[in-house]
Parts: sequence; structure tokens; C-alpha cells
Amino acid sequence: MTGALRIEGLEKSFVLHTQGGVHLPVLAGLDLEVEPGECVALHGPSGVGKSTVLRCVHGNYRADAGRILVRHREGIVNMVTAHPREILAVRRETVGHVSQFLRVIPRVSAADVVAETLRDRGADRESAADAARIILHRLNIPAELQQLAPATFSGGEKQRVNLARVLVARYPVLLLDEPTASLDRENREVVVDLIREAAGRGAAILGIFHDAAVRDAVATRVVAMDAGREAA
Amino acid sequence: MACDDRPLLSARGLTRYYGRILGCRDVSFDIWPGEVLGIVGESGSGKTTVLKCISARLEPSAGTVTYDTRTDGPVDIHRVSEPSRRLLMRTDWGFVHQDPRDGLRMAVSAGANIGERLMAVGARHYGQIRETATSWLGKVEMDTGRMDDLPRTFSGGMQQRLQIARNLVTAPRIVFMDEPTGGLDVSVQARLLDLLRGLVSDLGLAAVVVTHDLAVTRLLSHRLLVMRHGTVVETGLTDQVLDDPQHPYTQLLVSSVLHP
Amino acid sequence: MTRVSTVAPDGGYTFAYLDEQTKRMVRRAILKAVAIPGYQVPFASREMPLPFGWGTGGIQVTASIIGREDTLKVIDQGADDTVNAVSIRAFFARTAGVPTTTRTEDATIIQTRHRIPETPLRASQILVYQVPIPEPLRWLEPREAETRRMHALQEYGVMHVRLYEDIARYGHIATSYDYPVRVNGRYLMRPSPIPKFDNPKMDRSPALQLFGAGREKRIYAVPPHTEVRSLDFDDHPFEVQKWDQACALCGSTASFLDEIVTDNQGGRMFVCSDTDHCDARVLAGHVGSAAGDRDPGGA
Repeated sequence: MTGALRIEGLEKSFVLHTQGGVHLPVLAGLDLEVEPGECVALHGPSGVGKSTVLRCVHGNYRADAGRILVRHREGIVNMVTAHPREILAVRRETVGHVSQFLRVIPRVSAADVVAETLRDRGADRESAADAARIILHRLNIPAELQQLAPATFSGGEKQRVNLARVLVARYPVLLLDEPTASLDRENREVVVDLIREAAGRGAAILGIFHDAAVRDAVATRVVAMDAGREAA
Repeated sequence: MACDDRPLLSARGLTRYYGRILGCRDVSFDIWPGEVLGIVGESGSGKTTVLKCISARLEPSAGTVTYDTRTDGPVDIHRVSEPSRRLLMRTDWGFVHQDPRDGLRMAVSAGANIGERLMAVGARHYGQIRETATSWLGKVEMDTGRMDDLPRTFSGGMQQRLQIARNLVTAPRIVFMDEPTGGLDVSVQARLLDLLRGLVSDLGLAAVVVTHDLAVTRLLSHRLLVMRHGTVVETGLTDQVLDDPQHPYTQLLVSSVLHP
Repeated sequence: MTRVSTVAPDGGYTFAYLDEQTKRMVRRAILKAVAIPGYQVPFASREMPLPFGWGTGGIQVTASIIGREDTLKVIDQGADDTVNAVSIRAFFARTAGVPTTTRTEDATIIQTRHRIPETPLRASQILVYQVPIPEPLRWLEPREAETRRMHALQEYGVMHVRLYEDIARYGHIATSYDYPVRVNGRYLMRPSPIPKFDNPKMDRSPALQLFGAGREKRIYAVPPHTEVRSLDFDDHPFEVQKWDQACALCGSTASFLDEIVTDNQGGRMFVCSDTDHCDARVLAGHVGSAAGDRDPGGA
């Protein structure tokens, strides 16, 4: 494996026990490798399982079969079989995931949400707060908003906090799920810059970019997905 | 840390019957230092039985609970002598009850409630005990001016925070919590959760949190144990279990939650 | 002043009222109590011809250890002449025919309620305390099984919680009687409701100290020359009461004083609680500010 992330034969289906045991196959043998510095865009109609791929890589969904290999610390971790503690370590140090929605925590301010990423990685309170302030500022979250809990923020503001929360740390692997979906043009450009910078410093990026302009601006490769299979 | 390589507490094959009634059966799991484990399930699923067994408050009918002590390494907490067990319980462990009245001395002041564990392990300097108690009142976001007031003059949320301070004052390594936010209204609950979250991560505490509230467990716990009819039906990372539940019962549980 | 007095015993009673089997049972409990200083030994407390709370525990201990050659003194709050003291003294005079006295130095057995005599005790003397509630941990733990376990495991930290509360509330340790002590570095003990002024007298006393709780059915003991430490904090050390007055009768500045209201105009004076001690000092020529108000030589 030369990449930072390698997916082999990934299969994932859902069984809905509460709805009569309906079986929904989503992924049936996905193979993919992402090299450092690459930004791979997953492309396909909605419902084809693009987010499911990202969630499986992040360990949020359990794969049914296949391997998801992540270069972590000095070795390689298979996220499909890794122990929960290992997955947590990978999430803390190696794989950053910008989900579509920010899960807000009551009372915790936007600045603290962002700083927490660095604090979890061992940064001291002050430097974490400084870094949080800088990235939030760059994403056009004004200082007075930074001290508020994001529960009352608009969709776009929440999404930018969500981006800041991940981009504040230099993760070797980034998973971006529609990072610009509810952003205006100005902020979209900031995000594009940030993604390019991340790729420039060697991050392996796997993303879903609905907006064709953004996709064209950041993706170094596009992987088309169709009915659970990718086609180059 | 070297001790990071082995679990702080391990349960193996925990089984408990109340007469002929099953409390829990064949429950096994590990908790590592600094890790928060949530145990969820409906009333009567056996989650509180498990909590009592692993915190030495209830003897299991079968199975073992191993705890990695600071001085003697791993010991079976149900086999170790009573003095050592009780010493563990009031120094290295904390227990936060759902009803603060079960965990507080209601007839003595807030300061004495916090200071008790210190005095129990030999603190004999009034000024220092009081200083420590004051600092803990601050850490749990209570007005230090209420130091000499009796707990019954406090609101439910304040009593719960006092109970937490009382437990954490001896710097325990693991805290057992039984529905810590159970009796509180929603806004108070949120504040307490936030406080607990901060304390657990700042102090590197391990914790076991029993709750029927999935939102509580999503905020607090790293890993989750889903129990039903006395057995564990599913286990995994909290977000994994809640976002991609596998077992029919877990799916039912997750789909039954109301999202305002 | 009452010297040693002897009364002809009433016929029909076993010596010292209790039957011999009962006395043996009580003595066995006492021996065990002496062997484990401060440990509360359960015993089969008997019905006595006076109500619980009037000193039935002390009387059973006294009845079990008293012999024909003993001389008995009984005090109540330091006084030899209160109803309780007079009655118990009369009880043993009539059932055992032993001589009684009010003089501390003449007595071989002193039964006491709530005081230790000011006159230092000797090796040949036995002090018998009447105890209402023997369990020091009772105030915070109502379960007997649990308090016994706490004693067994020496979990005594909670006792300091009470002293902490005192300081937090009053600025100093306000507990002034029945002040908890640690005996021989092991058992936590209630010294019965004696003023804490008397606590230092228990420490390494050459006399044997026995404690009897009739209603609670417990006997405990402090053998001679045993360490008795009053609990305290490093920065709030144990202290005894002090008065800025001397005894109005004998001028003593070193004894435990009672405040006495002398008239309806709010007049008051401080006098020794230990009447025998006070009388002896007056006889020896010491005078206080109100000397002559009390007739030395009797109540």
C-alpha cells in the first residue's frame, strides 16, 4: 500500500429490523486508494452510498466485508476490524471527518468546539484557543459569534464551524461530506482554498462535492459511483 | 503510561440472579483508563445490576470483576479483603447516584460533604480541607458562598453537582454513575452533562454511565453496551451503535427516540 | 463532711443485689473489655430496680466488681449529694453492706455520672462510668451492623466530619462534652457525657476505667496507663474549657466550674462541680470570693 488510505472490496448493507427486516444493499465491493496530496471526489446520484463510504472509513458505520486500511502512526490500521479504542485513536490523530451536520453540544461555544479537536490531541488550552480563533476568523465566523454555542447558528454558520473543527488540525486523511453545501460564494472560496492547502501539505482527501465548480477546483481525481459500484 | 496497555477494569461472565429472577447474565467487557462506557437499555434490562456488580456493591452469582489497583496491580474485587475493597471504594472509585440524597450526607454542610473523603483518608488540617472543598465547589460551578449550607437547601441540580464534587475530591480513577441526570429538568441536565464531560476529559477519568437516555450517552460515552433482558445485545463505539445499530432491539431503541 | 459510713445491710438480698451467675457474666464482659481497650462488649443487661437512664449500666458493673472490703463513692455531675448519687450509694450500702464515702481518696470504687473527680486517681481505684449511648458513630450511621464494621476497619474519618462542622459553624470545636476519643490508637470511644475538661484525665490514668451502658447493653473499658487521645485537627488542636473566674467558695482556678444562679435578681456565682474537692480545699484553708456562703461539712 502506497496510499494513506486504501479501501478493498468494501461491502455494506442495512437490515431494517423495525421495518419488517428490509435488506438494503448499498456497497458491494468498492476498491479505492487515496495517495497523500490527492483529493478524490466520489461522484454519483444521491442514495448511491457516497456518505456511507466516508462513514465506513471513519468507523461510524460497520462494514460487512472488505478492508479499510489507514496509515496510522507507524503502522496500518484496518478500520473494519479495529478495536474501538484504536478507531478512537485514528479519529483523534489521523482521520478527520467533516460530516454533513454539526452535532451541537448544549452550552459549548463554537470556539471551544473547535479548540477541543486540538485539546484532544494534547495541545494546551491557550494554543488550542489561538488556533481555533484563527481558523474561525478565516471562515468568517465573527469573534462575537465564536463565544456562542452553535445551537442557534444558521445552517451555513454551523457548517463552517464543523469545517473549522476538523481543518484546525492537520489530519493526514480528510473525509469531506458536502463541505460547501450551504455556503455562499465567498465562503465557498475560502473552503476551496483550505482544501487545496490541506492537499498541498500532503493530506489524502476523500470527498463528496455536489457543487461541480468546487469539485473541479479541488478534485485531482473523480470516482464515479453507480448502484454500489465504482467505475473509473 | 504503561498501565494504558491493560484495562482498568474487566468484567468476565458477570451473572447475577435475584433468587430465581435474572438480573444479568454472562456480561463481559473492559474499561481502559480515561474511557467512558455507557450502558443503555430499558428499565429492568439489568444495567443497574451490572453497575452494582462492577462497583462491588453487589456480589455476582458468577463471574469476575478485575480492577487494576495503583499499588497491587489487578485484583478480583469480589475476592479481595473487605478493608482493601472499602478503601478502593472511597479513594480510587466514585459512585454518583441518581438521587443525590443517596450519595450525600444531608445533615452536614456542603463543605463537610466534600471534605469527608479527605478526612477518611487521614486529612487532619481543617484549613487545607476547607481550601480543597472550596476549590471543588468552584470546579463544579457552585457558589463557594454556599459552602456551609446544608444540601437540602440546594436545588436538585446543585445537589447533583455537590455529589460529583464529593466523589472526585480524592482523585478517583473511575466513577460509576447511575442515571446521573435522571431527576433533573432539561436545561439543568444539559449543564450537568457539559460539566461531567469537561471533568471526565480534564481529569482523564474512566467512567461507567448507566442511563436510558441515548442523548446523554452520545454526549458522555466513548463506547456503548446495549442491554436487554439481562444480556448485552450490542456493543461498540457510541456513534457506531447509535448511527448504525445492528441488533433489532438497538434499532428499535434508536428509532424510538424523539428529536425535538 | 461525710467520712466513711457503714449501714447495716437489708436481709434477703444476694450480695450487691445481682445473682452470682449474672455477676460472672458481667465480669467476663469486663475482662474482655479490658483486654480490648475501647471495644464495646455486648452483655446481657438485667432489669434493675430503677429505670434505664438512671445508671443501670454503671450499677451492674459496680455490683459485679464490688467486694466486702471495698469503699464506694458515687457522684453525679461531680456532686455526692444529688438524688441519683445518694440513691445509688444507699442501694449498695443496703444490698452489699459496704462502707460508702464522699472522699475520692478514701474510695476504692467510684461510680460516676458525667464527671471525673478533680483529685487524681490511684492505681488501686476503679472508676465506673454510667453511659447513656456508647456508640460514637451513631450520630451518622444508624445501622449497628455498619458501625461495627466501621470499628473493625477503623473507618473513623467521618468522626472528623462532625468536628469540621463545629468549626465551620462556630469557628472552633464547640463539642464540649462526650468528646470523642481514640483509645490505645485503635478504637474510637465515647467517654460518656463528661465535659471535655475531663478528657485529659483519662489519658494514661493509673486507675481502671469501666463503662456500663444498661439500656444499650454494652460494656467497655480503658485499662490503667492506656493512651486516650481526643480527636482534633492539626490547626484546631484539642482544648479544654477555661474560666476567667475562680471558684467562689474555694478559690480554685484549676477545677471544672458550675454556674449557679443564687437569687431572682440574676445573681450568680461559679463554684467547683466536684463538691468533695471543693470542700477539701475549704477545709485546707483556701477561700473564694463568697467564702462562708456554703457550710463546709455537708450539703
